[in-house]
Parts: sequence; structure tokens; C-alpha cells
Amino acid sequence: MEQIAGRPNALTDKEFHYCPGCTHGIVHRLVAEVIDELGVQEEAIGVAPVGCAVLAYEYFDVDMHEAAHGRAPAVATGVKRVHPDKVVFTYQGDGDFASIGTAESVHAASRGEEITAIFINNAIYGMTGGQMAPTTLEGQKTTTSPYGRDVDHAGHPIKMSEMLATLEGAAYVARVSVDSPKNIKKAKKAIKKAFEVQLAGEGFALVEVLSTCPTNWGLSPLEAIDWLQENMLPYYPLGEIKSKEEDK
Amino acid sequence: MSEKVLMKGNEAIAEAAIRANCKHFFGYPITPQNELPAYMARKLPKIDGGVFLQAESEVAAINMVYGAAGAGARVMTSSSSPGISLKAEGISYIAGAELPAVIVNIVRGGPGLGGIQPAQSDYFQATKGMAHGDFKLVVLAPSSVQEAVDLTMEAFDIADRYRNPVMVIGDGIIGQMMEPVEFKDIGADDLPEKDWITDGAKGREKNVINSLHLQPEDLEEHNWKLDRKYKEIKKNEVKYETENMEDAEIAIVAYGTTARIAKTAIKEARAEGIKVGLIRPITLFPFPEEVINQAADQVDSFLTVEMSTGQMVEDVRLAVNGKKPVEFYGRTGGMIPSPAEIVEQLKEVRG
Repeated sequence: MEQIAGRPNALTDKEFHYCPGCTHGIVHRLVAEVIDELGVQEEAIGVAPVGCAVLAYEYFDVDMHEAAHGRAPAVATGVKRVHPDKVVFTYQGDGDFASIGTAESVHAASRGEEITAIFINNAIYGMTGGQMAPTTLEGQKTTTSPYGRDVDHAGHPIKMSEMLATLEGAAYVARVSVDSPKNIKKAKKAIKKAFEVQLAGEGFALVEVLSTCPTNWGLSPLEAIDWLQENMLPYYPLGEIKSKEEDK
Repeated sequence: MSEKVLMKGNEAIAEAAIRANCKHFFGYPITPQNELPAYMARKLPKIDGGVFLQAESEVAAINMVYGAAGAGARVMTSSSSPGISLKAEGISYIAGAELPAVIVNIVRGGPGLGGIQPAQSDYFQATKGMAHGDFKLVVLAPSSVQEAVDLTMEAFDIADRYRNPVMVIGDGIIGQMMEPVEFKDIGADDLPEKDWITDGAKGREKNVINSLHLQPEDLEEHNWKLDRKYKEIKKNEVKYETENMEDAEIAIVAYGTTARIAKTAIKEARAEGIKVGLIRPITLFPFPEEVINQAADQVDSFLTVEMSTGQMVEDVRLAVNGKKPVEFYGRTGGMIPSPAEIVEQLKEVRG
């Protein structure tokens, strides 16, 4: 019998530790499928973050580094500068990419570092138990914004993709979501492009992926999808924010 | 044999690294070590595969080192005291993941922003309290530009041999002083193969560079493994120099620039009939405790001289283990002890 669906080669057999309804698993799979389709499993070197995806080095079946919190773009820079012909990617959450590691994110993009950054935005800190993230929405309740994020006190949620798109070195910036089959397809397309941009040596490529965190949002997986669609999509619009004209 | 050239310490360290086949350097500007990255910025781009990159911060620089070391490169960063504090977290990760890397600290006065003049007040940081966790750096402390060159070249071999970060610690004087140096071909040819690097898992299982061990049993085992490595380093890598110790009644213990000043002081003191010798630790970790302990059976007392308020003196006291009194003389904050001051101290110690 012909097998028509299976686990991508670029994923190990290790079972994900993610909570029910968490969308990390979907994004892991998309990244692995893209690595398979581009035939770069033996060329790829990934950098895992600190956050829920800290164990990503156990899931991707490619050479991996585990980085300190926020430092993945710097670690990836070190790897890429040693192996400019390899395919180097980071996989980071919002605390990692948009808070403690903001400087590393901005400057890797600014240098046009030829790496691909996959940035999971679920508007909360997952691993540490639901604290306010830089991307937490106005009014959103977390353990450290128990009365809802007050923008006069804690500032506004940060739009990393729009910010990084202003930098010359950023060659490709897209925001996608994994809230529906249709959007998952679009997300994969963007992730693939972000790797192709690296292979073409065009510069820094970023895909921001809007994701759910049912556990820390205090919602069921289905309610979490609804919450993402109702609250995150209006503030974090989807689409290619920066791309070379001919690629659009 | 290569000819001697006159070079500034910071530039000589950079050239030594290049001669040791270090092709990757990541750093961030800070005084008084700026000539080192500037030299790398001039030279490395001219070398095949060479990369100099000015990072956005010390934090980023050390994490680039972590990435490059994991990817298999001989890699260096340099900084000065406040910058080393910023690199500390990354150094802990490098030690935890057992990666070879060379870190240069051209020490200036602290704490805080401190000053930019020479100091030895990062001894504790380098040898004991660099960052979180059970780990050690190998710490090499040159007292001349030539020794800075030799130790820098050796640092890469030690780092590769033990898969451990190595610090070359100098003070602003070592960094800024010009002396004639010779670059000797002293590279080891028996270093272990790097079969653990991340360069794309082609025809092999994937490699992972990591310091996370969530199971306490695993982490304990890892930490004891590191400890066994440090014991091995203690056994094999201790370096020190002794001078005038044959008939000494007082032993000065000093390292780096301070040891050179002490040598002048010893000449002057001996001319006045004080029988004094010098024990100069060249490796701060591993610390030459045995030679100091043995000297305690011979001399009447010790005088530790440092450009700090007293840091290495604690290790001297541990090594002497109560056998004889250990006195301390220090200048700090960028002030440098003079030979005359040390002679005065020797007279007091002699009583």
C-alpha cells in the first residue's frame, strides 16, 4: 500500500511534550516539511530557544544548538559565519525573540545575517506559567498582568515583524497564523520562502507565527483558536510585510 | 626560528591567536583592549575563511563564540572587566556544553564602571565566581608580552584538548606595553578529533550542542564528569615560575605585571640583605598550590602582592594551610605598587 502521509524526515520519532491544543507541534512539522522539500536535512543547523520550545533540539532531526534565553540569533550568527554554505535557522518564542533577545534579533536582521528565524507569537510566556509577554495584548490577563495589560503602565504589545521590516538587512518578513487549515498552508509557504531567501543569500528572513496557548490562556483548544482569531488577528495583521518584488 | 618583532601586548595576543589558526573573532569595544579587535579586524578578512565581526554587545559576542565553537571553529573574544561580566552567562553555557574557546580579559579597575587603568581585581571572577554552576575556566596569566603570545597560542590547544573555555588574563599594562616578541611554532599535534561539531549531519547521527539536563541524575553525572576533567587539568597543566627561592626566608607570591615589579623589589631587598624569593603562578586555575605548600616548609613567611584589595591571597593561604603566616600588600583601582613599597613591606614582614 502506498503511504500518502507520514512524519517528515527532519523530525525525530520523539513525542512532543507540548500541551493539548498548543500549535508548536504544527509549526515544528511545517519547518521539518520545508527542510525535507528543500532537501537540506544534511545541511541544516538549528538553534533552539529558552521557552516552551527549549527541547526543539530533540525534535528536529538535524544538527542543533541549544541557546541561552534570547541569544539564538547570535548563536546562529556564530554558526553561519563558520559554515556560510549551510542552512541555519532559529526557532524562538515571543519572550525570547521580542523581549530578552530584542537586541540580538534586531542586529541579526540589521546585518542581513543569512539565517531564517521562526518566531512563535502566542502573546504569553508559556514555559514559566503564563506571565505577560512583550506581545501580550492590551487588556489581556496574565499572572503578571492580573488586571489585564494596562498600556499606560506596561506599554503596548510589540510588533516585531513591522519593526524588523524597516531594516535594510531583512530580506523577507512575513506574519502567518496556524489557526486554520488554510492559514497553515499559507504559513508553510512563508516558511519555505524564508528558507529559500537564505539559500539565495538574500539576507535575514523572519516568519512570525501567531500561535495558541490554551493552557496559559485558560481556554479549551477550540476556544483558543477563536480567541486568536478575534483578538490577535486584528492587532497582528497577516501577510508578507517585506519581500523582494519579484517574489510577491 | 622566527625573528623578533616589537609589538604592543594587545596586538601580539591577536597575532598569536591568528598563528594558532584562530580564524573567527567576535567582540565589542571596551578600553583598554581595543587594539586587539582592531588588529583582528585588519587581519582576519585577509585570511581565507577568516571572520572578524563586531557584535552588538558583549552578550551577543560571547554567544557568537558559543555558536562558532559548537560549529567547530577555533574562536576568540576579548574584553575588559565590565565586558567580561556581561559575557559571564555565555561563558557558563560554553563550559556547560564543553566547547573550546579562548577569552581574553585585559583587566581594569572595578567594581562597576570602575576605571580604565590596570588592575588584578578580576581574580575571583576568573578563577571562582565567573558565573552560575559548577564549572572552571583554565586561567593563564602572562607577565610579559612574549609570555602573552606563548600562552595565547597554548590556550587554543588546552581548550581543544579538554573541550573547555580558557581565559588569558592580563592587566592594562600587559595589553598596552610594547616588547620584542617571537612567534614560536608550539602547536600540539595530538589533539582529539572534533567529531561532535554541528556542520550538517551528513552521513552521521545529528550532533547537539547543549547544556540543559532536566533530570537531576543526568546533571549530577555531567557535573562530576566536568569535575573529573578539572582534576585532570590540575594534574597536567599547572604552570609557575620561581626565582631566588633557594635560600629564601620570605616568599613573595605575585602574578602578571605585579610579579615583574616584585622581581625588581627582590633585587633591591636582597641588596639590603633580605633573603626573599618569588613564586609566580602562571596558571591561576589550576593554582600552583603544591609548590607554595612545599615552600611553606622552607620560608618563614609569605607576602602576596596584588593589584586588588586581596583576592589571590586567599588561595595562597589555602595552599600554605596554616604552616606559616601569609601577609598581603595590594594597590587597587588602577594604582600600581612600586618596588620601593614592596621592599618596605618586606622589611615589616621580616620584623
